[in-house]
Formats: sequence, C-alpha cells, structure tokens
Amino acid sequence: MAGIVGYGAFIPRHRIKAEEIARQWGKDAAAIRRGLLLEEKSVPGLDEDTITISVEAGRAALERAGIDPRLVGALYIGSESHPYAVKPSGTVVAEALGVGPEVHVADFEFACKAGTEAMFVALSVVESGRAEYAMGIGADTSQGAPNDALEYSASAGGAAYLFGKPHVLAEVVETYSYTTDTPDFWRREGEFYPRHTGRFTGEPAYFRHITAATKAILERTGLKPSDFRYAVFHMPNGKFPLSVGADLGFTKKQLETGWVVPTMGNTYSGSSPTGLAAILDVADPDDLILITSFGSGAGSDSFVLRATELLPERRGRAPTVRSMLEGPRRYLTYGQYANYREKILLNE
Amino acid sequence: MPSPRYWREVPARYRLEAGRCVGCGAVVYPARRICPACRGQQFERLALSRRGTVVTSTVIHVAPTEFQMEAPYAMAVVETPEGARLMVQVADCEPNEVGPGMEVALEFRRIRKEGKSGILCYGHKAVPVR
Ligand SMILES: [Zn+2]
Repeated sequence: MAGIVGYGAFIPRHRIKAEEIARQWGKDAAAIRRGLLLEEKSVPGLDEDTITISVEAGRAALERAGIDPRLVGALYIGSESHPYAVKPSGTVVAEALGVGPEVHVADFEFACKAGTEAMFVALSVVESGRAEYAMGIGADTSQGAPNDALEYSASAGGAAYLFGKPHVLAEVVETYSYTTDTPDFWRREGEFYPRHTGRFTGEPAYFRHITAATKAILERTGLKPSDFRYAVFHMPNGKFPLSVGADLGFTKKQLETGWVVPTMGNTYSGSSPTGLAAILDVADPDDLILITSFGSGAGSDSFVLRATELLPERRGRAPTVRSMLEGPRRYLTYGQYANYREKILLNE
Repeated sequence: MPSPRYWREVPARYRLEAGRCVGCGAVVYPARRICPACRGQQFERLALSRRGTVVTSTVIHVAPTEFQMEAPYAMAVVETPEGARLMVQVADCEPNEVGPGMEVALEFRRIRKEGKSGILCYGHKAVPVR
C-alpha cells in the first residue's frame, strides 16, 4: 500500500503578536484573541518565499525517507503565493533538492487547499506506478490586507510529503475530494490582496465542505470519529477547526496536537499539512489520523492515514513542528512587519 | 547579475556543490579548474554539509541600494566540516550576536531580485544553531 515515506515542515522564525497588530489599528486585542483564538503568527523574512520554504521542508522529507533524491519522479507544489506569475516554483525547488531532471513538475493553486491537492496527485502518481516516489508540498507566504481580519492570521510556512510504496511511515487508507463553485474568497489577476465575503466564508464555505468531505470519508472507510487518535482540519483561525471538529464528533484531545494555528497563524496551503506534520511528530504505530483541508472557491480533500512501526525511528532525522514554533523566534514591531511584508515602497 | 551567469552557478548556489582535488584532497568552493593548494587539475564533485562554523564576521550598516531595507545585517566567512569556506549573510538573528566560533546551519534563501521584473536569485544564508 502506498503512503508517506518522508515528511518535513518549515516555519520562518519571525513572529508578530496579535496585540501588536491590534495596537496599530486601535482594535481590542483581547477580543481578537478570544474571538479568533490567535496569539501570534509567523512572518517571512525579506529573503523567504514559497520556494525557500518548500526547499527546506522538502529537504527534511528526504532526510526522513533516506532515499536518493533522483528517484523522485514527480514534484508538485501547492501555494497561492508562488513568487513568479510565469515560471513554476517547482523548477527551482527540484533543482535545489537534487531531484530531476527526470521529473514531472507542476505548481498548483486552490486557495488554502493547494497543498493537499499536490499531495493527492503525488500519491496518485505513486499508486499508478508512474513513479517510484513523488513529492507534494503545501507552502505559502500568505497575504492579508492591512487592517483586515485576515491580517491577524495570514502567515508563512509549509510542509512536504514524499509518497512511495516501500518503507512507509504512514499508510494512506483512503482519500476523498469534494468541490463546488462557492465564491467565498478570491483574488483577481493583478490584485495585491484577496477579497472575502465575511461571514459567508463560514457556514456555506468552510463548514459545508469540511463536513461533507469528512462524513464521506468516514462512510467509505466505515470508521467513526472515536476510532481516530488525531484529526486536523484546515485552520483559517483558531475557532473554526475546533468548532467543525466538535460538530463532527471529535474531542479537543484528538484535535489539539495538529491545532498549530494559535502560534503559527494560517499558512494557507501549508496550514492543515503542517498540522499533520505536528501529528506525525508524536503519533504511535497503528494510530489512525484524519486530515481534511479546505480551499476557498471551494473544496476539501480528506485523507485517512495509519502510522506504521517505522514512524517513531524516522522522525528524529529532522526538526519537529513544535520545535520550530517554540524554538528561537524574533518578535517584530508593526513597522518591521510592514517592511518584511514589503508594504513600504521606495523609488526604483 | 545577468541570468545566464546565475544559471551557470546553480549547482554551487542551490546544492552547495564544491570541488575536491583528486591530488591533495583540498575542498574548494565554488569549484575551480586549478587547485590553489597543489595546482592539480582533477576534481571530483562534492556536496557540502549544510552547516559550519563562523571564522570571521562583520556587520553591514551601509548596504548596497538593493539590500538597504535589510541593513544592518551580518556577513560571515563560514567553514564547513569539509574545510570549504564561503561568504554568506547570517540571517534570523541580531547582527551583533554573530562572531567567530558561532555554529550555523546553511538554509536556502532568496539572495536578490533582479529589479522589479527580472529573475529571482536563490542560494544559501547562515542561521545560528541554538
Ligand atoms: Zn590539490
């Protein structure tokens, strides 16, 4: 059975606290922390983007797999912040990882679910026998407009998953995808920031798609929420994933390991994949794990995974998600943040 | 830097590929045609470890125009376990903390942008190991 043979994550070391953003705009920080359950978020440095995050996460995935990078036959990167409009991020990432040139490469885009989309296709390539190994990455340096609710959450980071058949760390038991045309959040070509429809992003978008995908994959596998040790849902803020999880019958204990959003923020395409990496960092053999992503527009991908005996001995080969969230950090003022996000413009 | 020259340096910049002299074992980065130690002309390719130790460093306060938003920042000569030395920026730290003996990891970063519409140039920077 095909599965994950290596995984890795990367989170930039710069942070801004919700208080600091609230102070800038004269908002009530306590209300934001209470309402959105967000403490701080990661911020990319001036030298970090989807490509650099993907390379670091991809290197960690290769370390954990311990394979020759030249055996990777496909590389897909999902992001809504690919640095080039025309020239795939995957070309640079493949070259840096030492994958290829005999490799199939593509960049994906599907708002916040582009990462699981890349994973889904990478898995399919391996299952079909087209390639021995295939990598799917979700990474973003997310944009939120200044003084918009998204500014408290839009952050930077990502995770890479290498799929293969021998020596899997987690088997993929089942997958399921659910997509409709729902205009909850979008960005037109040439616009700086995405637009969203406020409360409409909740019930008809996030909750409907995650619920439908999760219920369908449970039905297909004949599993019930209590069969799982861990579950992770896309994390646009702190509140939504806990709330959709509770509606579906999952407990806080099943959700809290992958619930990395309060201190990481929403890394868009990297959000649920990074939550999954945090789960793989601690899961025991035979634990069942559920991941359901959500991407505006809108759709959800669901995976049911089962950890293997190999997982505990392999995960020590690369840094854990929690070590990056709780390790050395640099706190920014709003002014430094504005500079890092290139909101301060100079003459050419 | 014109795109073709950047492209030729991709193996060294992206994968830290260096040359090891077949004659005397000296490791040179970037790879050269002639060994600075023994004048040998035969080299084998070797990917450097992505870690090292700061040999010497300085803080840039007055940066070239394209890096002025990053200043002040530290630049360092880093020696890898293979004995290769490279000049890199030290990122994600206070520049004054950087000094000889500091253990660093080499991470993949964007080095510069060729203006507003040109290519993006990538390579490695050092970050302190704590
Ligand atoms: Zn020599």
